[in-house]
Amino acid sequence: MSEPPGLLAHCQGDDVAVAVRDLEAGTTNVAFLDAADTTPAPVSESIPLGHKVALRDLAVGAEVIEYGVPIGVLTQPVSAGSLVHVHNLRSARWPTGD
Amino acid sequence: MANGGLTGYRRPDGGVGVRNHVVVLPVDDLSNAAAEGVARLVPGVLALPHAYGRLQFGPDLDLTFKTLIGTGANPNVAAVLVVGIEPTWTDRVADGIAEHGKPVVRLSVERHGDLAVVAEGARAAARLLQDASELHREPVDRAELVLSIKCGESDTTSGLGANPTTAQVVDRHVAAGGTVIFGETTEMTGGEQFVAARCVDDTVRAKFEGFFQGYAELLEQTGADLLGSQPTQGNIRGGLSTIEEKAMGNIAKTGTVPVVDALGPAERPRRKGLNFMDTSSAAAECVTLMAAAGAVVHLFPTGQGNVIGHPVEPVIKLTANPVTATSMAEHIDLDVSGLLRLEYDLVEAGNRLMEMVDRTVNGRLSAAEAIGHREFVLTKLYRSA
Repeated sequence: MSEPPGLLAHCQGDDVAVAVRDLEAGTTNVAFLDAADTTPAPVSESIPLGHKVALRDLAVGAEVIEYGVPIGVLTQPVSAGSLVHVHNLRSARWPTGD
Repeated sequence: MANGGLTGYRRPDGGVGVRNHVVVLPVDDLSNAAAEGVARLVPGVLALPHAYGRLQFGPDLDLTFKTLIGTGANPNVAAVLVVGIEPTWTDRVADGIAEHGKPVVRLSVERHGDLAVVAEGARAAARLLQDASELHREPVDRAELVLSIKCGESDTTSGLGANPTTAQVVDRHVAAGGTVIFGETTEMTGGEQFVAARCVDDTVRAKFEGFFQGYAELLEQTGADLLGSQPTQGNIRGGLSTIEEKAMGNIAKTGTVPVVDALGPAERPRRKGLNFMDTSSAAAECVTLMAAAGAVVHLFPTGQGNVIGHPVEPVIKLTANPVTATSMAEHIDLDVSGLLRLEYDLVEAGNRLMEMVDRTVNGRLSAAEAIGHREFVLTKLYRSA
């Protein structure tokens, strides 16, 4: 039996998925809570359990979709397979910080 | 199976409890020593020391009284010994609890001193404890139980696993006619429109939006921003990046049922179903307010591993984070990390949590009860006079 998917996303169409175990650079599968299918996804750096990976290339200023809704705005461009976190994603609600 | 085999304690005011505590309740910080002195002499009772109760005024004082009275009136409490520094406020708290029909004894410290109060209090507490020991569990219906929910030290596994598992129980408990309280006003930010949309009518929606707006205005008045504390450092370490993302995970635990009412802090639900309560998102403050509103079992999904308990309301903690489930096993009642490995689905995880709720209702000690986590924290609205 093959390894279970390393990434889990809330909705098909989300821009990000969550690492369900510590991942190294390579290829894994992403599963979706709202679908039965899994699809291959690249991982371009070490991603700790619980952290998010971009499922596609995303431009600076783009809204990031998770749960099917925007969860913030990118402060840097992000390529598919990269970590998406506080270093490149900020709240659209409280934009006054830092 | 008519009632799922649930048992509890029927109280004189009609409430149903799942524990049978005798509480020694200080009215104020000064009376903690006497209350704890009683509990040392009569180890079966539960002293609830806290930090406030002096020179508070206005809505802040009202909330302290409401929280103290509500905690004493909680159906998990059989009887209460109230201890205050002077008789007037002691009477106010004791009378408020006595209205619920349970035995209440009151003592005040001035003109007696701690040692005399402890001696008399210990005699009274021992009697209350012996009388409470003769109360028995009876079959109860799920619809009679008030649950509360609040998550903490959340991470991305919360939104994927532990919170939607909690949602399964919320939906099933409400479908069975029961009551559930959720809160955390600040942590609705970014998802408040989804809660507003689930409010049962415009009146409830206006109340909910009023609470949310009130907190937003408070933030503005202080000139501070919450970016340094929301998400928390623990949230960020666990992979959560923004308050919107945290809010979506938070709301994921509330299920799909309508929001039937929006309550003030520590306010008792009047309607069966899912009730919003205006609370802080700090775990101990939030659970204390919900217990003061009469909730008898709390469900607490966590990601990175919040360790909270409450003296009167058992707190059931669950996590979908496999590291937390193993490294903090003594704090965790239910491990649902198999959801992340796709070993089972949310319905099955919900079945497991329902079973844990039922066992806890019937007397199984939660992890927090077993290791003595008894956080009792009053919400302070502003500084004292």
